[in-house]
Amino acid sequence: MSIRGKAFIAGVYEHPLREIPDRSSSQIQAEVAFGALADAGLTLADVDGYFTDSAHGFGGLSMADYLGLKLRHIDSTETGGSSYVVHVGHAAEAIAAGKCSVALITMAGRPRSAAMGMGRGGEPVPDSVFEGLWGMSGAVTGYALAATRHMYQYGTTSAQLAEVKVAASLHAQHNPNAYLPKPVTVQEVLDSPMISSPLRRMDCCVVTDSGGAIVVVSPEVAASLPRQCVKVLGHGEAVKHADMGRLDLTYTGAVVSGPIAFEEAGVTQADIKYASIYDSFTITVIETLEDLGFCDKGKGGEFVLDGALVAPHGKLPFNTDGGGLCNNHPSNRGGVTKVIEAVRQLRGEANGPTQVPNCDIALAHGTGGSIGARMGSSTLILGQENA
Amino acid sequence: MSTMELPNPAPYIAPEMKGFWAATAEGRLTMPKCDDCSEYVWYPRPFCPACGSTNVTWTDVSGNGTVYTFTVVHRSGVPGYREALPYVIAYVQLAEGPKVMTNIVGIEPEQVTVGMPVSVVFNDTEKGNALFRFQPA
Repeated sequence: MSIRGKAFIAGVYEHPLREIPDRSSSQIQAEVAFGALADAGLTLADVDGYFTDSAHGFGGLSMADYLGLKLRHIDSTETGGSSYVVHVGHAAEAIAAGKCSVALITMAGRPRSAAMGMGRGGEPVPDSVFEGLWGMSGAVTGYALAATRHMYQYGTTSAQLAEVKVAASLHAQHNPNAYLPKPVTVQEVLDSPMISSPLRRMDCCVVTDSGGAIVVVSPEVAASLPRQCVKVLGHGEAVKHADMGRLDLTYTGAVVSGPIAFEEAGVTQADIKYASIYDSFTITVIETLEDLGFCDKGKGGEFVLDGALVAPHGKLPFNTDGGGLCNNHPSNRGGVTKVIEAVRQLRGEANGPTQVPNCDIALAHGTGGSIGARMGSSTLILGQENA
Repeated sequence: MSTMELPNPAPYIAPEMKGFWAATAEGRLTMPKCDDCSEYVWYPRPFCPACGSTNVTWTDVSGNGTVYTFTVVHRSGVPGYREALPYVIAYVQLAEGPKVMTNIVGIEPEQVTVGMPVSVVFNDTEKGNALFRFQPA
């Protein structure tokens, strides 16, 4: 069964704040839920399917209770930052199977303002035991291990990584809510402090309190709504893990999720007018562009030169909201903003100078966990309502 | 090289991992090897994900390998480690095949290279076991 054309994104909402000391993550989840439902022209009472991560309380149960949802379908798939891209795919599948007709996806968190984390307490899982002894400091270390290997194997340079940040910053200057709205140069990226070699501070995404929500609906509901909806064309997901110590850090799970999504959507790389590419770190973008087939393996560093990622006229405009690198990486998980910006582009609602002309087909890709060990990858291809 | 030695945090030892950690106290790096398909299993677990066999045998490995990739950590929030900056985290590919996460020690961080031959060294946690790190061979 294909999900192509079986579900539509009717509403999206990205929380406008990036530092939220004075409300709970649950309240932020409610705010983004109300925002996305209002965007769709729907209310909480219309929701019969709910999707969220496992980062808060008892998976989706706690938030379903808090929001007072009356559900016939629930899904708390947890693949880190890619979860919410997966949730769109799973929502489309559930709608196509008749399990729900209005699916709400929410997420939020406050890493700047409140302690958070997964798996607190309880018995450690084996990977955390054998990787937790060596001073891994946050996510950056694992991505740095991938970057070193990619550079060794393919000659990728720090200046090429920096081009990714530069493109994101050029977009962020047009986003009034961006956490880092100032354009930067390649040299400024190269001059920023080394965090975990070869990754410097400006190779890393922002840490923000925030959240986002998405409403996915059936074709019948979409037809009843006043606003233009966005069609779900295809979705692929993958888990790439350490494979008994046989890991290869030069590619991501996108090598599996990408082809599945393209085939289901019936489109090719050449049809993609805009791409949201998960940008936890600059190396994440380089590897993902290769793995999704936008360039040959190992050529991602060359691909991003000469403003290739810069909207509106680059070869492949990406992350026009400023991405995780400059705009928002809510709760250390950026998948939801990847979907939201793709929807904005397809609806012609991107920030003025970054709107891609004739944007009829777009891609959103999420990467969760770590490309340095185990990751969830999710590729979503979306089109305008009549695509 | 950092002025501080790296910390030697004691590992959490799951019941089925007692043999692995006991071996480190004797200066041995050991891991399950599949009796049926001959693959080494890393991180250790009491079965073989490659072929599905539950017949695995703890087998000592040489402790020799090469650096597959590494990073020099310049900023860290990890207690003990943050006092020892900069330090090196790496994946070492063992001669037997598996890549293991570890630290590279006994060398200036700036001198570590991909492909460098290394061999295992054990650092006592003072809890009846030792951490397996690697130094230039």
